[in-house]
Amino acid sequence: MAEEYKTAAEIDRAPVIEPGHTFGTITEKISAIVLTRPASNGWFIGFGLMFMLTMMMLFAIGYLFVKGIGIWGVTIPIGWGFAIVNFVWWIGIGHAGTLISAILLLLRQSWRNSINRFAEAMTLFAVASAGIFPAIHVGRPWLAYWLFPYPNTMRVWPQFRSPLMWDVFAVSTYATISALFWFTGLIPDFATLRDRTDKRWLKMIYGMLSMGWRGSARHWHRYETMYLLLAGLATPLVLSVHTVVSFDFAVGIVPGWHTTIFPPYFVAGAIYSGFAMVLMLAIPIRKIYGLEDFITERHLQNSAKVMLATGLIVAYGYGIEAFMGWYSGDRYDAFTLWNRLHGPYAFEYWLLLICNIFIPQLLWIRKLRTSPVALFLISGVILVGMWLERFVIVVMSLHRDFLTSSWGMYYPTRWDWMTYVGTIGMFLAAMFLFLRILPAISIFEMRTLLPEAEVKE
Amino acid sequence: MARRDPIYGLMAEFDSATALVEAARKTHQAGYKKIDAYSPFPIEGLAEEIGFHHDEVPLVVLIGGIVGGCTGYLMQYWMSAVDYPLNIGGKPPHSWPAFIVITFEMTILFAGISAVFGMLALNGLPMPYHPVFNVERFSSASKDRFFLIVFSSDKKYSSGETRSFLEGLAPRSISEVPS
Repeated sequence: MAEEYKTAAEIDRAPVIEPGHTFGTITEKISAIVLTRPASNGWFIGFGLMFMLTMMMLFAIGYLFVKGIGIWGVTIPIGWGFAIVNFVWWIGIGHAGTLISAILLLLRQSWRNSINRFAEAMTLFAVASAGIFPAIHVGRPWLAYWLFPYPNTMRVWPQFRSPLMWDVFAVSTYATISALFWFTGLIPDFATLRDRTDKRWLKMIYGMLSMGWRGSARHWHRYETMYLLLAGLATPLVLSVHTVVSFDFAVGIVPGWHTTIFPPYFVAGAIYSGFAMVLMLAIPIRKIYGLEDFITERHLQNSAKVMLATGLIVAYGYGIEAFMGWYSGDRYDAFTLWNRLHGPYAFEYWLLLICNIFIPQLLWIRKLRTSPVALFLISGVILVGMWLERFVIVVMSLHRDFLTSSWGMYYPTRWDWMTYVGTIGMFLAAMFLFLRILPAISIFEMRTLLPEAEVKE
Repeated sequence: MARRDPIYGLMAEFDSATALVEAARKTHQAGYKKIDAYSPFPIEGLAEEIGFHHDEVPLVVLIGGIVGGCTGYLMQYWMSAVDYPLNIGGKPPHSWPAFIVITFEMTILFAGISAVFGMLALNGLPMPYHPVFNVERFSSASKDRFFLIVFSSDKKYSSGETRSFLEGLAPRSISEVPS
């Protein structure tokens, strides 16, 4: 087993593509998944199951439209239940995609080139899943467009001093920019697919999508400028999105919400859960489609390190919240802390600490950082933990009000669960489709990683 | 309108990025100005070798960002302080700190949209048909081959001389591009 042992330094120095590849083999290997490889039974079963979950979500939403939000578990004092928990969870997951595609591009981390495409797709589908919740939780969802400032016969405008309004702009900007970033990244690869396929109708579709891209040096120059600028714009944007989401809470005067540590701790938590989702997707994809040459141990190791670092920031956030509960001397803050540790939702809080703080410490062990199975399991635990964190923030802060007379409990109904599980189905169904119809790894960016791509003088 | 030249240009095919950059430099130095180079991935410095120096994309993005920021702020100011002032929590109608977030988001939105659409417009895309696609070998320009073209509209272009010049660059193949 000696040959299997690699030191951390060896993995760090390892090439991001296994040796022996040329421009041609990279192109063939990635485009073959889309163009020639037949869809397996496993794909059909997986997609079919996820499609059924999507239908279940649509059914739950349809029933919601008929009956109203009374079918959910939300009551006073807990007016924000699963809808907001799931919204924040999904938006957070999306953040890792932008971090990988924009921030790591600016930091010249070229290993990102093999995971940025599907991480961006993940962002887009996660934002789509997130976007459903605010739209359906407003009570009268057919009036959700009132959120946008448009000239209307009532002559009123939205209330721009409210963080909820900021959220509308932050999330819709984020969705737009993520979609543009993803689509422009695909243009040169669409051209590759157009030139590789033998089917005329596919040639036409990919030809349209590629917009007639021909790889001219002038075009590449403007393209690269655009890509770099878009990355520079997306970087502050992605940090602002979860900051604004945290304002939804932090601006309110509810104990457990009203703290200044929320923005950085929300952003770190978003990246934490996002990388967990990236790994949960990347590990099976690289195995099933034989992409271990492109998504190497180094990628797994680096992602694990990002999770470890952001996980520690999240742990620090919990620590400061607990410290301030005591140090502020505010009896309501102190009660919030006590209630988390001993109250009716103490089980969820302790589970959160186990999932988000204790179990991820296993990532200090190098052997686990490079083991796909271990990483897959730890990522799953982190995703559960980050969902519980939002549950703790939303529900636990609301269920104990300033007056004991207005205390209450929140119990999610089957409709809450059906909608939530349904969005996971929709997200995965979209990922299944994405893998079959678009190149899951950026072909042209992978070419630039080969030593032959460098111009020798 | 002048009659269209039946030949769009002469295209030479190369094996590597290094060969293409060298060929582009020599062709440009030989006095050919209307040339272009095609590669399956961006090559640093190649655009400069064929005489491309002014990239207007940053300017477009800057203008887009400024317009977006102004739109965002003025929209909120006009709606909350001019058209329908509402007293909410005793805050002044023109409560500028609360307007910063949306101003920022609108700046990013407009700048990002102008980056993408500016790049496409400056590149003349979408353009589904282009004469270079008539060359069969050109389909590998999106895979592993590198191409250099001298357009027939170049002043120095003459089919015989240009062909022998390109042959001197040791390409894999030379093709005539019908227009």
